[in-house]
Amino acid sequence: MPFSLHFSPTPLITAPSPLSKPSFLVPYYHTLHAPKSPLCSSMEHALTHQGKQEAFDLRPEDSQTLPLGLRRDAMPSHVAVIMDGNRRWARLRDLPVRSGYEAGVESLRKIVEICCKWGIKVLSVFAFSSDNWFRPKVEVEFLMSLFERGMQEDTGIFFRENIRISVIGDLTKLPKALQELMVNLEEATKNNTLFQLIVAVSYSGHYDVVQACQRLALKAKCGLIEPSDINVSLMEQELETNCTEFPHPDLLIRTSGEFRISNFMLWQLAYTELYFAQSLWPDFGEAEFLKALLAFQQRQRRYGV
Amino acid sequence: MFREDIIIGIFSGWRSFLRKCLFRVLRVGPIPSHIAVIMDGNRRYAKKKKIDDMTGYDAGALALLHLIIYCMELGVKYVTAYAFSIDNFRRHPEEVQKIMDLTMESIMLLTWMSKLRLVRVHFAGNLQLLSADIQDAAKRLMESTAGYKNFVLTICICYTCSDEILHAVEESCKEKWDDGIGIMGYDEANDYERLIKVVDIEKHMYMAIAPDPDILIRTGGEYRLSNFLVWQSSCCHLSSLGTVWPEFGVFYLVWVVLDFQQNYRYVAKKKLQL
Repeated sequence: MPFSLHFSPTPLITAPSPLSKPSFLVPYYHTLHAPKSPLCSSMEHALTHQGKQEAFDLRPEDSQTLPLGLRRDAMPSHVAVIMDGNRRWARLRDLPVRSGYEAGVESLRKIVEICCKWGIKVLSVFAFSSDNWFRPKVEVEFLMSLFERGMQEDTGIFFRENIRISVIGDLTKLPKALQELMVNLEEATKNNTLFQLIVAVSYSGHYDVVQACQRLALKAKCGLIEPSDINVSLMEQELETNCTEFPHPDLLIRTSGEFRISNFMLWQLAYTELYFAQSLWPDFGEAEFLKALLAFQQRQRRYGV
Repeated sequence: MFREDIIIGIFSGWRSFLRKCLFRVLRVGPIPSHIAVIMDGNRRYAKKKKIDDMTGYDAGALALLHLIIYCMELGVKYVTAYAFSIDNFRRHPEEVQKIMDLTMESIMLLTWMSKLRLVRVHFAGNLQLLSADIQDAAKRLMESTAGYKNFVLTICICYTCSDEILHAVEESCKEKWDDGIGIMGYDEANDYERLIKVVDIEKHMYMAIAPDPDILIRTGGEYRLSNFLVWQSSCCHLSSLGTVWPEFGVFYLVWVVLDFQQNYRYVAKKKLQL
């Protein structure tokens, strides 16, 4: 490949990172400091009994170091990812499908860590589409339990590393316990400022636009606005991505070689640069991410001019 | 710039015969019902050929004409082309005027061609942003071809998908509450059905005339949608070609259709789910 990580002046990962290992293998320690916001009982449990994992080390000087070739001024503020290929990854290795999903979670943890270090402010991930409800029930139930487990286990990291979690999608279809966990986690991390992870669960771009349109229609019906007043700004206030300062992804990455958007963030992707990676999501690591960012930085964005 | 003999020349001759044989082979597999194109690269073509940008646009219009005829021969039913975005008004006024003049010429040519081949022509976009003469000509062409069903050509002009969605929401609101129920009449339990739904929005979209595209082609080597059919292309196959638009010919079309045929299983599965 054109850029080798060996040429970086300092190692990109400074300490053994818990995100590079399956979470159940990492030794736990008690937490050293209180979280920023009041917690529900399940999150208190997560912090005090599961304890503190060995942190990935975000010393200020790490955030200044970018791999060779990447320009800080041209880094995307918001990257969106369609994490495709987990099941294929498992099938290729004669593993059960759930192993593919678990490997996908590990891959996501690595990418979140890299985003934090390289100064990307927002990462949106398409974790579960509205269409995915059509999948076998056993698989869907496993995914729900994986989301719950992942959020509980990583709660400590979110607080410690100043990561804000936002969840978008039709949460009413999720199990009650998972809904509650997500809502509480969102609320508790809403003041975290270093990095924002937006997880799209039970989400579709059509759903997002329709629910925004319904809210606008309701406002028009109640006389708060006229139908002719409905504009881009009003629309964007009602979309689910109103939870972030950067609602429009600069770059969308889709793994596994499929060339489609699959109903992810349609309104928001109007001017987004699309990058289609051939590798499957569990294999999408730092090298592939670097390739995507380098390709993004070569693009000329004209916005119609 | 266009002459009717150019069109007649594309339809006839030994090249047409060879093309039809090639398409007959392609038709052994599934053929996309709707192809959408972002015609990018006209200015780069002009730079490459050392001609002025305006001539580049003329070459682009000719390439579109070829595509329409190829698609008709192949059995594609809908073709949608991104001719002019609302964002393009920010270009140089001379360039914008050239595209408007080209649009008028194209309307004249399509008026003649639609009678020859029974093509329904539709203009999708905020046509009120066009000058009065182009608006009138476009509306007359749409009305005169409204009855043709074999082939539908949609030209997206003064179009962005954001504007399309906002227009659809506004029209849906006006339709739903034409009976004038005010704040006091609002009852959440009963009025939920009266809130707008997906079907209401889709009914009022500029692109309501055609189904969602099966393939969206972008030339010019860029990988982005530029606010074109973002709503409609949620599950369609995207194809980005390195060639600039005026150089898009029959072999690129064949390549794109073969690529579609390889991915057809997914598209068919999605259509069944819907």
